[in-house]
Amino acid sequence: MTGVGELPETRSVTLSVNGERHEIDVETRMTLADCLRRKLGKTGTHLGCEHGVCGACTVLVDGRSARGCLMLAVQANGAEITTVEGLASRGGEWHPLQQAFHEHHALQCGFCTAGILTSMVEFLGENPDPTEDEVREALSGNICRCTGYQGIVRAVLDAAGRLRARNGAIAP
Amino acid sequence: MTGDLVGAPVHRLEDAALLTGTARFTDDIELPGTVEAAFVRSPHPHALIRSVDSTAARNLAGVHAVFSHADLAPLLTRNLIPPDNPTLKFAESTRAVVLAKDEVCHVGEIVAIVLADSRYVAEDAVALVDVAYEVLPSVSDCRDALAPGAARVHRDAPDNVVATFRAEYGDCGPAFAAAAHVLPLSLRQHRGGGHPIEGRGIVARFDPATEGLTVWSSTQGAHRVRDALVVLYGLDETRVRAITPDVGGGFGSKHIVYPEEVVVAGAALALKRPVKWIEDRREHFLAAIQERDQYWDIEVAADADGRLLGLRGSMVHDQGAYTLLGFNVAHNATLAVPGPYLLPNYRLDVTIAATNRVGTIPVRGAGYPEGTFAMERAMDAIADELGADRAEIRRRNLIPADRIPYELPLKARDGSTTHYESGDFPACMEKALESAGHDRFAERQAAARDAGRYIGMGVANCTKITGRGPFETGIVRIGPSGRITVHTGAMAMGQGIKTAYAQICADQFGVDPGAVKVITGDTGTVPMGIGGFGSRQTVTAGSSIHLASVEVREKALKTAAHMLEVSDRDLDLKDGTISVAGVPDLSVSLADVAKALSGAIGYARPKDMPPGLEASVNFLPTGLTYGNSAHVVEVEVDVGTGGVRITRYLVVNDSGRLINPTIVEGQIVGGVAHGIGNALFEWMGYDDAGQPVTTTFAEYLLPTAPVVPNVEIVHHETPSTVNPLGVKGVGEAGVIPAAAAVMSAIESALAPFGVRIRETPISPPRLVELIGEAKAGS
Ligand code: FES
Ligand code: FES
Repeated sequence: MTGVGELPETRSVTLSVNGERHEIDVETRMTLADCLRRKLGKTGTHLGCEHGVCGACTVLVDGRSARGCLMLAVQANGAEITTVEGLASRGGEWHPLQQAFHEHHALQCGFCTAGILTSMVEFLGENPDPTEDEVREALSGNICRCTGYQGIVRAVLDAAGRLRARNGAIAP
Repeated sequence: MTGDLVGAPVHRLEDAALLTGTARFTDDIELPGTVEAAFVRSPHPHALIRSVDSTAARNLAGVHAVFSHADLAPLLTRNLIPPDNPTLKFAESTRAVVLAKDEVCHVGEIVAIVLADSRYVAEDAVALVDVAYEVLPSVSDCRDALAPGAARVHRDAPDNVVATFRAEYGDCGPAFAAAAHVLPLSLRQHRGGGHPIEGRGIVARFDPATEGLTVWSSTQGAHRVRDALVVLYGLDETRVRAITPDVGGGFGSKHIVYPEEVVVAGAALALKRPVKWIEDRREHFLAAIQERDQYWDIEVAADADGRLLGLRGSMVHDQGAYTLLGFNVAHNATLAVPGPYLLPNYRLDVTIAATNRVGTIPVRGAGYPEGTFAMERAMDAIADELGADRAEIRRRNLIPADRIPYELPLKARDGSTTHYESGDFPACMEKALESAGHDRFAERQAAARDAGRYIGMGVANCTKITGRGPFETGIVRIGPSGRITVHTGAMAMGQGIKTAYAQICADQFGVDPGAVKVITGDTGTVPMGIGGFGSRQTVTAGSSIHLASVEVREKALKTAAHMLEVSDRDLDLKDGTISVAGVPDLSVSLADVAKALSGAIGYARPKDMPPGLEASVNFLPTGLTYGNSAHVVEVEVDVGTGGVRITRYLVVNDSGRLINPTIVEGQIVGGVAHGIGNALFEWMGYDDAGQPVTTTFAEYLLPTAPVVPNVEIVHHETPSTVNPLGVKGVGEAGVIPAAAAVMSAIESALAPFGVRIRETPISPPRLVELIGEAKAGS
């Protein structure tokens, strides 16, 4: 906490968000999630607990999933950040995960969805051909109160197939 | 019905914005000049407020104001939170207040609001507000609250009894006297909070130019929020508008008007600038409603064949410190007891007890899980007593299909008796048992036991009141643009109802559901609304929208007939175009018809046709409609660790006619997951004084993907007879029998030890304890 009359310390940081470079001043205590949402208008990243359990705030920092609520914006200085707004292609074509989530009814209120999508982008990068149990295990860091996970699991398995087909087509 | 969209598994219209990060939840609303709020909350379960000194907080850079009761009182017409229910009699001391004046009665009760440039600064300032409390004795457990000499939850109340009532029909006395079996059961039932992943939140803006107050609130009842603000600030209805943006789930926790919403709106009025408050998870644990505790002491009477003769006893319900809505949880629990069974005699005496904990109102399921749990434990107790198969005992007691419609002399809150107007309960259970391979399970179980593994199968049935009225408006409008819009007082909170409503409407116009824009939760477009709770909106608003769509379609056809100078029977309506059958060139568009009916110059309009291509309908259901389901669960229990793994989960569900099976299945699976949480994980703990001890998701466990099984669903559609669509509500269907079925399965797995489960939730250590006790007792 900042003492009475004392101004919170600020730093200048450079963040690349979904391929766009931003140089901004942030308070050192500001979380990455608040910075993305408040300073950069990336409100697709949500906060469900602010204590690192629900996973709603998950974004990719240099390709690795990170809790936006537990990381400070200053810690992300110089990093490449991907949020849900950056998952579709530049032309607006949805990521296979987004498409599969839509087709398998993998979301209801959609509040948890951004964090699940980003977590699964990382997961399928590491494990392109997972079993259902592996998908469920990978989802254990994200809480969804609405769906019971069934549609999400199906969607991730389906997206894995689509991604394999796509990557297979590119690199035979 | 006209088209074939009703019943089709249409992909949701809501998804695109949610999947691409462009949806707008309350916290995403950024108005220029907004100040952010944080609340000073009581750290004590019960205390007097001696003084509030906010000098240091006000002096902090970036702080705009600190308001406690004394500051906001001049703006308020009264310090009591609605709803005002003239027929409900309960202890006045438990009426909820807007802001604590001199007494706080639960941890988390709000004492003051701090308004600052950012939430960060507001929270800094909260720590600087100096509240002098005098701690008073408190009471935490609802049974303790009723003990003689118990500390009083509210200092001025004579005792902690909020209300008492009796649910009764038949005559238990002779039935019990003649019974072959009378079995006692003491049940301790606990359900935690709603815990939508998006917490509560509100943005309020006062516009001096129009003297208008607009609030964006994450609520299940926009109209109730508006009405409360109108009453509490003495404003004109037409000057207050409540809008619900995208809502990240509700599950009951957004079903009431909260003090926070009232205070934030008051701060916006006082400061004449936008104010935003977004609940954090800790606040949700402290100050959002829960469902919590019920203690049942009952006995069940059965004849020699295990047929029910009666059920009687008492129940104590934990109301918390305030009566925020009524006694719905307790009342519904009593209504749910007979469920799908023939119960000839019934008497339950209920005491609603105040405690120094946050208030309770329904969480998804709303007392039905508790009533169902009581009856299903009774069924299993009878089966065990007789050494009979658990499914067979239920078979003997289920209401046969040929006795539907079936009337129970048990009054719902609207005064109507329980009237099962449609359904086939035995067929649902048989379907579930058959799909689960119940008749071969004993063999599998014996083989598993030989191998040292404990597997079990449980079954539970339920009914659920749905489609509560009195109404929900449906307005269908086609403007000169030709676009179709639907407005309703119903509330979207993630279920997918916009898609369902679009399907219902689009069916009448031969267009894609995507061509229909559905607007929910905006008091600026629909004057009245009841809201999203009790599995009611597909029935009420869905029917209204259907009827309004039919009316608009007829209006369009008649007008087109006039314009084309043909009979309306010769017309086809497809893709938004009305054409003469067989002569597609002879046509008018819906846009042209709308222009004609809007009085546009040069368009022919039938003289007797009321203006506007639109209709507004308030369908009034003639009765409630009941959904029902049968759940069969298979588990494996690790008797060393007490770990329970759900290996199979089967649901046969009757929600009447399905508008969109995919959405219905989503509701059921989500409900089952919630029920599994209630059975195995979710525990809202308090210490003996009433201090909450589980205030993070690390302490209060929600079900995660590895512990929720795949749920297999079989639909059993018996159309409702009391609404034009034949639908029944489904929002709570999945949750109701889940805990009962899981416990039944665990008991089945642990039958060699004779473990009896009389509580929810059951944790692994507790299960190990019960196994130990059962072993020691045998
Ligand atoms: S908001 Fe970051 S993990 Fe929940
Ligand atoms: S869709 Fe609502 S929390 Fe996951």
